[in-house]
Amino acid sequence: MKIPDLTELALRNLRESLLRNSLTTIGISVGVASLVAMLSLGIGLQQMASRRLGKSGLFDTVIVSSRRDLRSMGREEERNGPAPGESRILDEAARQEIERLPNVLEAYPDIRFITELRYEDMPHLTTVSAMPASYKSNDAFDGMQGSYFSSDTAPEAILQKSFAEELLGKTPKLGAPDPNVADLAAPLLGKELVMRYAQRETTSSSQAASASPLSSPSSSSAAEGLAGAAYSVVSREQKLKIVGVSDLDPESMRGPTRAKVFLPLKLAESLHVMQPTDLREVSRAASDQPVYSSVSVRVTKPSQVQKVEDAIKKMGFTTFSILDASRSIQTFFRVLDVFLGIFGSLALAVASIGIVNTLVMAILERRREIGIMKAIGASDSDVKKLFFAEAGAMGILGGLVGVALGWGIGRLINAGTNVYLRSQSLPADNFWAVPWWLVVFAICFAFLVSLISGLYPAGRAARLDPVQALRYE
Amino acid sequence: MSTAPGNPPNGAIATENLCRHYRMGETLIRAVDGVSLEVRAGEFVALLGSSGSGKSSVLNLIAGLDRPTSGSVVVQGKDLARLSREELAKYRLHVVGMVFQSFNLIASMTLAENVELPLRFAEVDRGKRASLAQAALERVGLKARMNHRPSELSGGEQQRAALARALINRPQLLLADEPTGNLDSHTGTEIMDLLREFNERLGMTVVMVTHERALAERYARRMIFLADGKLIDDRVNVPTTAAAEVSGVQR
Repeated sequence: MKIPDLTELALRNLRESLLRNSLTTIGISVGVASLVAMLSLGIGLQQMASRRLGKSGLFDTVIVSSRRDLRSMGREEERNGPAPGESRILDEAARQEIERLPNVLEAYPDIRFITELRYEDMPHLTTVSAMPASYKSNDAFDGMQGSYFSSDTAPEAILQKSFAEELLGKTPKLGAPDPNVADLAAPLLGKELVMRYAQRETTSSSQAASASPLSSPSSSSAAEGLAGAAYSVVSREQKLKIVGVSDLDPESMRGPTRAKVFLPLKLAESLHVMQPTDLREVSRAASDQPVYSSVSVRVTKPSQVQKVEDAIKKMGFTTFSILDASRSIQTFFRVLDVFLGIFGSLALAVASIGIVNTLVMAILERRREIGIMKAIGASDSDVKKLFFAEAGAMGILGGLVGVALGWGIGRLINAGTNVYLRSQSLPADNFWAVPWWLVVFAICFAFLVSLISGLYPAGRAARLDPVQALRYE
Repeated sequence: MSTAPGNPPNGAIATENLCRHYRMGETLIRAVDGVSLEVRAGEFVALLGSSGSGKSSVLNLIAGLDRPTSGSVVVQGKDLARLSREELAKYRLHVVGMVFQSFNLIASMTLAENVELPLRFAEVDRGKRASLAQAALERVGLKARMNHRPSELSGGEQQRAALARALINRPQLLLADEPTGNLDSHTGTEIMDLLREFNERLGMTVVMVTHERALAERYARRMIFLADGKLIDDRVNVPTTAAAEVSGVQR
């Protein structure tokens, strides 16, 4: 039989016992809907996570540090990195060298220091760090009130929410709900902060320090270095305008975001603020070249991180990236998808039993009809195909309805959750996604499951002995 | 497809020591037990016998609905026992037309759809199918009722529709299993007249199973008697009632 004829006969037969076949099809729909809802949730969560992590700059960032500054290193690096004494000094020259590596977008120093900030003549001691202009697009500032720095050298500051509370004299009470960022930002935006800091100023007699070669393999200790130190520390003040209040948890991230006040990078660099590393590195670096405790390297693509890391390691630095963390996150989502898929498929498996049941019933009911068709010339394969077509039609119909249903359920859950998130004054997000391939996959899967379910009934119908079937009343 | 020796003429049937045995629990039922018969092309043959004599079983074997336990059924030079299931289905589709005592129309389809069903299996184009079905229904006088379902028709009309369906693929062989068994004598005569018309006008070979000897005597040219699965008599018959009138037409 030709496919249009098969389809027509199959649909006609499905209409004949409308109630039973509708119920079976609804069963398939529910199965497909649960599969689609589950998988779209898994996919959506994964997309949201990778969107956030991608934007946070964590997955395309390599943090480079010198082996000499042991404090900035995790334990693992200590075990497999070069020996501290052989490591190079992370100075401006090294930074530029790193920036010239292939696949590197930028390499900027991590400037972080503790200093005093005065607001309305009240001193506050806090951690300040520098932010490159590229952080503007960073997801970390999504919930920020106000705006990002107007330029990379502007005397402006962005405050961490907790520091804003401190400035306003609002100490969070235990158990009390978190104050709204907007409420905190309103009285602060546009106001002035005075930062008092220690500037490291090179003295004219510092030439002695530059005699020390850059790539010195010397095992000189900090004590030796200190002897050649040739700089003075000058107390300075810098006025800063508050342009933004961010809703970021300072402990949630690594790197430069772990501070309470942020300054534009170029401004921070120009201030030559005394940093803890200065004390130990100064003797070995060219005096007029700043030395960094660590440098953040942004890579073009997360997939290039490993290559860049290797290249930097060859230069004699230690590196850290959360590539491994991202790998385990991917694995986690894959496992999550599989689990969600299995749970979603369970309903479809139950539905497939419904198909088998319906078709076996149909064979019993239509035994005589099968006999007649065989008597007037239907072959085994005609009968088989007809039952397959009925199973397949139920599968496709169920799949279509199921995808729509699953889509609706997902939309509803997403909307409901976002209402809840907004009531908690959290930003709404789309953690639910139905990509086109999921729609195609779900319908094909429903079709396939139906055909497999139809395998046994169709085979049984095809094998019916026409003489026996015709005798059946 | 295998070809039996001798290759009998078109439409002819030859069975050789045909047996069909069933096992029912411990007992062996010999429904057909060594039947050898020959039907020539264009003949109108009646298979007679009481119920359980094996006449329907022989018809099913000739129709390719059943396979012999032993022996052979050769139709148009093909030994049905040696055909594959698929080939047998093709044989039923193109060579044989069948009518039954209980009409066997599909209740969910209209008459036109019932009649064109064999054409669907034969993969005939849709447009051609409709006109063929219409022509076949016209031939049995049911064109006006082509869009009715079988349940809306009388028994005689249903059997006429079944005849139209049997004709649709232009088979050489028309097999009828008690075609008038569920009909009153008047409509039965109508059906029998149609069978005779097909036999004489279209040259179809007709094999009819019946237990009504009178009916056989009125229409059949040959009567074969079966009892207990065995052939007991095979005689030429001169159709009674309409014989003179029919032969008159032929001359």
